[in-house]
Amino acid sequence: MAKVRFTTALNSFFPDLKDIEVNGSNVHEVLSNVEMQFPGISNYLREENGELRKHVNVFVQGKLIKDRQGLSDKVNGDHKILVIQALSGG
Amino acid sequence: MKPQILVATSKGLIVLTARDNSYLISDIHFAGFPISFVYSDPRDGTWWVGISHKHWGEKLHQSSDFGMSWQELKVPSYGNSEYRPGKPALLRKIWVMQHAGVDKPNCFWMGTEPGALFFSADNGQTITLNDGLWNHASRMDDQQWFGTGKDFPFLHTIAIDPRNSDHLYVGVSCAGVFETMDSGKNWEPRNAGLKATYLPNSKSTIGHDPHQLLICPAHPDVIWQQNHCGIYRSSDGGKMWSEVSGEDGFPYYGFALAIDEEDPNTAWVIPAKSDTARIPANLRLEVYRTSDAGASWRSTSSGLPAKNAFDIVLRQAFSKKGSVLVFGTNNGNLYLSTDYGESWEPISQNLAAVQAVCFT
Repeated sequence: MAKVRFTTALNSFFPDLKDIEVNGSNVHEVLSNVEMQFPGISNYLREENGELRKHVNVFVQGKLIKDRQGLSDKVNGDHKILVIQALSGG
Repeated sequence: MKPQILVATSKGLIVLTARDNSYLISDIHFAGFPISFVYSDPRDGTWWVGISHKHWGEKLHQSSDFGMSWQELKVPSYGNSEYRPGKPALLRKIWVMQHAGVDKPNCFWMGTEPGALFFSADNGQTITLNDGLWNHASRMDDQQWFGTGKDFPFLHTIAIDPRNSDHLYVGVSCAGVFETMDSGKNWEPRNAGLKATYLPNSKSTIGHDPHQLLICPAHPDVIWQQNHCGIYRSSDGGKMWSEVSGEDGFPYYGFALAIDEEDPNTAWVIPAKSDTARIPANLRLEVYRTSDAGASWRSTSSGLPAKNAFDIVLRQAFSKKGSVLVFGTNNGNLYLSTDYGESWEPISQNLAAVQAVCFT
């Protein structure tokens, strides 16, 4: 299972949010499974058409994902995924 | 319950409570977050707040106990609709909310960016796109609906006829004023008499920039409008607008507008110097009042800074209820009048930029 870490900024809205392990063969599946455990978090990370919000970044094994629209970047079971807000506004 | 004023700022929601013929800050919610709109439903006292998170998108919150607790609701969704062919419509901001009439409990309208109108019949559990306006023949035309200093047009004003809740107006920047008589099924532009000096044809049917639109509760055929291109008043329900800007072109430009609930001839504006110099004229923060339907305007600014002021008041940051008027500025200053706007006192000069004010 992939290990997912989140920026602590999300704890303002999801106080129980913590590092979790979820299944998924790509980023879309991983985030969908995160939503199952933390209902509503997808609306914070993704636009209503499913693409990643402009100022949200997802890293897989330390590398920024390439497919921000379909979130098709592959994920293996031992991968580490980081969900973090992009720097903006100085 | 004492009267309260809700103040939406770029860094939180401020609650003022009446005390000793004034108002004092009594509570703060969502500290640090940019509040996009605030609305207190006069039918049941429910508070509604939008938050425009830079990273996490627009969010909608509701409180049924005057801010003691908050519930997050799903925001309006455009579904699979496209803003332009091939470009999905994605919510950027909730600009305004308005209950749909005392005869329609639990129903409300909501205006958004990209410019659209939404409706809920179940107190926000489901919020659906109004197809009538969204599918208006003009909406897809870049020369009729377009952003104004923004990427998208936005629907910022909803005015309901108190005699007939199926009859309402919306204001879109830029597109103009639209009217429906059948609760949103069909819409007609109501921009005759307005000018749009930034267009090749300044008398275009659509493409106007109504900064603010208010309907007189006691005389609903009278509608006031602070437009990008002047101040206007209609006495026939928006069929024809007459410019009522000041003599020599001032007051003319601005965003904020307040009107009297009873007297259809009385209104207040807080003008800026011009659209290219968005500062107070002569750096004096002034409120102007007319009591003769816009034939003349006079400054009613006792207590306001008379020099070195750079404050601008945004479209939803000025409001009136009875003898009390309140406005907040982009510099975080909040001023209150309890004598119909004749004199003003500062309530706070340390807030963040004020986006909107709302009486409970």
